Amino acid sequence: MAVDSSFMSELLVATIVCLGAGALGALLTNRSAKAARIVGCGGALLGSIFALGFGLAGLAGGSLRLYFPDLLPIGGAALGIDRLSAFFVVMIAVAAIPAALYGIGYTRAYEGNHSLGGMGFAFNTFIAAMILVPLAQNVLTFLALWEVMSLASYFLVITEHEREGTLGAGWVYFVMTHAGFAALLLGFLLLAQATGTAFFSDWHVVAVGVDPRSRDLVFVLLAVGFGSKAGVIPLHVWLPRAHPAAPSHVSALMSGVMIKLGVYGLVRVAFDWLGAGPIWWGGMILVAGAISGVLGVLYALVDTDLKRLLAYSSVENIGIIMLGLGAGMLFQNAQLPGFTGLALVAALYHTLNHAAFKSLLFMGAGAILHATHTRNMENLGGLIKTMPQTAILFLIGSLAIAALPPFNGFISEWLTFQSLLVSFHIAAHTINLLFTLAIAALALTSGLAAACFVRAFGISFLALPRSAAAGMAHEVEWTIRAAMAALALTCLAFGIAPSLILAPLETTVFDLIGTHADMKFDLSALAVNGDFGWLAPLWLALGLIGCLAIIPLALRLIGATNRRRSHESWGCGRALQTARFEYTATAFANPFKRVFALLYRSVKELDVEFHPESRYFVRTIEYCNEGRLIFEDALYRPLLRAIESVARQARTLQSGNVHSYLVYILIALVALLLLTV
Amino acid sequence: MLHDILKTPIVTESLKSDQPTAIETLAQQIDSRARQRFGRSLQIRQVDAGSCNGCELEIGALNNPYYDIERFGMHFVASPRHADCLLVTGPVTRNMADPLKRTYEATPGPKIVVAIGDCAYDCGVFAHGYGVVGPVSAILPVDAVVHGCPPEPRAILLGILAALDKTP
Amino acid sequence: MEIAIEFLQLAIVMFASPLLVGLIRKAKARLQARRGAPVFQLYADIRKLLSKETVVSENTSWLFRFTPYLLATTMMLSALIVPVLSTRTTLGFMGNIIALIYLFLLGTFFLALVGLDAGSAFGGMGASREVAIAALAEPTVLIAIFGIALRAGTTSLDGMITRFAAEPLLMLNTGHLLAFFAFFIVALAENGRLPVDNPTTHLELTMIHEAMILEYSGRYLALVEWAAGMKLFLFLTLLSNLFFPWGVALDNTPVALVIALVALAIKLVVFVGAIALLETSVAKLRLFRVPELLAGSFTIALLAVVTAFFLR
Repeated sequence: MAVDSSFMSELLVATIVCLGAGALGALLTNRSAKAARIVGCGGALLGSIFALGFGLAGLAGGSLRLYFPDLLPIGGAALGIDRLSAFFVVMIAVAAIPAALYGIGYTRAYEGNHSLGGMGFAFNTFIAAMILVPLAQNVLTFLALWEVMSLASYFLVITEHEREGTLGAGWVYFVMTHAGFAALLLGFLLLAQATGTAFFSDWHVVAVGVDPRSRDLVFVLLAVGFGSKAGVIPLHVWLPRAHPAAPSHVSALMSGVMIKLGVYGLVRVAFDWLGAGPIWWGGMILVAGAISGVLGVLYALVDTDLKRLLAYSSVENIGIIMLGLGAGMLFQNAQLPGFTGLALVAALYHTLNHAAFKSLLFMGAGAILHATHTRNMENLGGLIKTMPQTAILFLIGSLAIAALPPFNGFISEWLTFQSLLVSFHIAAHTINLLFTLAIAALALTSGLAAACFVRAFGISFLALPRSAAAGMAHEVEWTIRAAMAALALTCLAFGIAPSLILAPLETTVFDLIGTHADMKFDLSALAVNGDFGWLAPLWLALGLIGCLAIIPLALRLIGATNRRRSHESWGCGRALQTARFEYTATAFANPFKRVFALLYRSVKELDVEFHPESRYFVRTIEYCNEGRLIFEDALYRPLLRAIESVARQARTLQSGNVHSYLVYILIALVALLLLTV
Repeated sequence: MLHDILKTPIVTESLKSDQPTAIETLAQQIDSRARQRFGRSLQIRQVDAGSCNGCELEIGALNNPYYDIERFGMHFVASPRHADCLLVTGPVTRNMADPLKRTYEATPGPKIVVAIGDCAYDCGVFAHGYGVVGPVSAILPVDAVVHGCPPEPRAILLGILAALDKTP
Repeated sequence: MEIAIEFLQLAIVMFASPLLVGLIRKAKARLQARRGAPVFQLYADIRKLLSKETVVSENTSWLFRFTPYLLATTMMLSALIVPVLSTRTTLGFMGNIIALIYLFLLGTFFLALVGLDAGSAFGGMGASREVAIAALAEPTVLIAIFGIALRAGTTSLDGMITRFAAEPLLMLNTGHLLAFFAFFIVALAENGRLPVDNPTTHLELTMIHEAMILEYSGRYLALVEWAAGMKLFLFLTLLSNLFFPWGVALDNTPVALVIALVALAIKLVVFVGAIALLETSVAKLRLFRVPELLAGSFTIALLAVVTAFFLR
């Protein structure tokens, strides 16, 4: 189906106009907080809907070329769309529409002491920049939009600047994103210089001719740049700080889609711009994925701050996506294009799924924050009775992220497993061993993720409230619930009928690498590599519903009694059953802390306060078992100390004396002349 | 160890009711159909309401190969929610009166209560003690009582079976 | 016709699993020199439980009442996927062995949530330990699957068993045996048998699986016990048919099915004996020794895969 190019540009213009109207409108109506809230989020909502249409049209085959030669240096501003860009635009829209709807109700809490006009402006700019980044066709367009995206998100992160730690989090985010930007800039400029052109479409053809050393350097730089945006370990340190600090609908977007743009960049680098590379490229991505997956979920398991737990879980899922990408790169190197396609489909499908369920989970955490004013899981509990619909929606999100049938996470993890399992077709022992360890890492990640979300959902929602604030929670307003319900339905739909998205995704991958992925699917089943692996998600779902319905009927038929009585929980006959007897989040994570003690290096503190008159009676016991962040201690702190000492040495150059400055200028001039001559 | 396992024969003694035992059946809380079902499968929760643990030792002996309570389809469970029968020992002390009541309420119906030992029947040697509230029948409806201080495991078994109207 | 066989397999799993549990208990009793409960005891237990009222804690939510049905459902669905008698199952295409693992994980997820739902310390403790062991057993399972999928060339259960049954020589190597041992240890861990978890313990501090179901009564308890029995049956069937596929029906003739039934019965009885012997001779491991056991099984599975690669 050929989509008219002018129709595409109309859709894009509509998107930009709505988002722009939302941005400016929010600023203009800043006086009235309610108007700013509705205009800002409403504009974002409309713009995202148009963006969804634009992306879907792009997936159906529409094309677009927009070129503004004088807008930016080195080649002007160029925008264009192909199927991969369209897929990412669709993903952004799928997360942005509910986020904007959510924002209408959620930002009510910010009225009065925050500038809702500024928030609306930054929010719309953020979404617009994210939508335009995959459309960029040359170096500076890409970098300019990337920078706008980072700046807009920075301002959104520091919205609650009066809260302790937010400004520090924003600062770490600012530094990390610009360090990544510097790496990207360097990599792009090197590649542009080596190939002689700054346009991405030309790189696909020319870059294979560039000498291998330069290609390696460019790959490493771009991988570092995109990896830091994606949140791959060890470049992840900004994620657990920035995502909890931001307002929840912004966290949902940052965690759901912004980090995926790092994935977009990596896919482009490995499969489009640089072409096939040596084995260590794929191996590096695979290993980074495995480490990110396992360490991300391990950190999430021991965290008591609900939003930071979700941020670490994003690191884990990026790890899973990297596993798929790394596998794809290794298959490409081994010249097995069918499997390359399979691994890419798995990775991209997981990207989309994660956008859906992570946004849902962050929105749920925001709803909890809205209702109880706390993110600390140790103070939550019993919310399933006071916030029943939020509870079900959060449960769906937890089931999806734990990769359990019948939801979407299961399908994409199944596909990732299959793409790792077919690796035995590569006949190299080291690669086989690497893949085996990758399978083990993915399995461990998957199991630990299930444990993590049993804890997150169980402690926050079940049993009795652990604090007065949790006891006084109430259900959130309908816009928030509607936004979450939309995402939950998406998770269910993609889990039951994955062929809905697998068909366009497969075409996308075909456009990218030129061969079809080694998989077949129809509405009810999918098969990988002939009959290597089969799955029928629709049948599984029907089976689950069928059996669930049959069992109560069967029990009634055989005459099982239906009497029920309500009583207190069994506590060995204890008289006072309070919420203090419940399991705490820290206690739940204790087995993991013991088993993985090497990685956590946790520091246990036990404070016992005795009764003043007798040491046999205890007043209070305080137990604290914080894990230490090994990457910060081992990697970043020494690096920062080194930079600081270099800076201190360099300070001596700034003597304040005009004459020495003139000498510096002279030296610099002479050096430049020597270099160019 | 495997050598020992292979050499030792089954030592379970059959339950004979020819010797006199002091068992009383009192209330009948459950109907005959339930008693029939419990005759095939009974799950027992043992509650110590303040005993000297002499009865507990005898009850514990029910699990050994000689008395083997499992051959009757009965076994002990960890939670009153899983139980059909409460085996209560000891005079009910003041601190245990409330927990005993809670345990009874936590048990799903239909259920039976068997009081083991003289203390459970009439407080035994602890009668009129300052910490004692009364016999088990003062707190719970008792289906059967097994007298003795402490009663033999054989008598305990027969007592439980009598509460179910079953003969061994 | 094939649908009928599918439902026959489902019926076998549903109705024979209490017998399997009864046989294990009887075998253990005999080894302990006592007569023990009758083998059909679990049927009587379930029947009695279905006639008892359920006592539901005030702290719990709808999850508590929903989970027993879900557990039984996942087991029934798994029974449709696992080739119990025949490899020509009509509904076997629903999922391969990885889908099976995740179906089991779905049940564990909800059971752990129920442990937390009652708001008692026992349930939380059981839930925490259960998910820890399930998470640590995952890598072993998947590496073992990788090992056998390597040799069989497929991950679908029907395909694997067909391939092994057709070419018995594929199984005569150390890798296959190592994968079997790794899988066996995982089966013990997932089903809460010694040395990981004592199914007959009364001490809450030593419980893992039992701690989560302390609040259940009546029909809920019946469903949970039955689902646990079915899980054990399915794991042992998988172990028998995947690693020793002699006797599995490759086509659906009545003769082949009868042979398959007899073969399955024999293999399960052997496993019953092995488990009873194991449970009588070892003591339960300390909780924080269990990860060491699972790490050991992981190493065995890894060795299985490595031998598969090097002896190709």
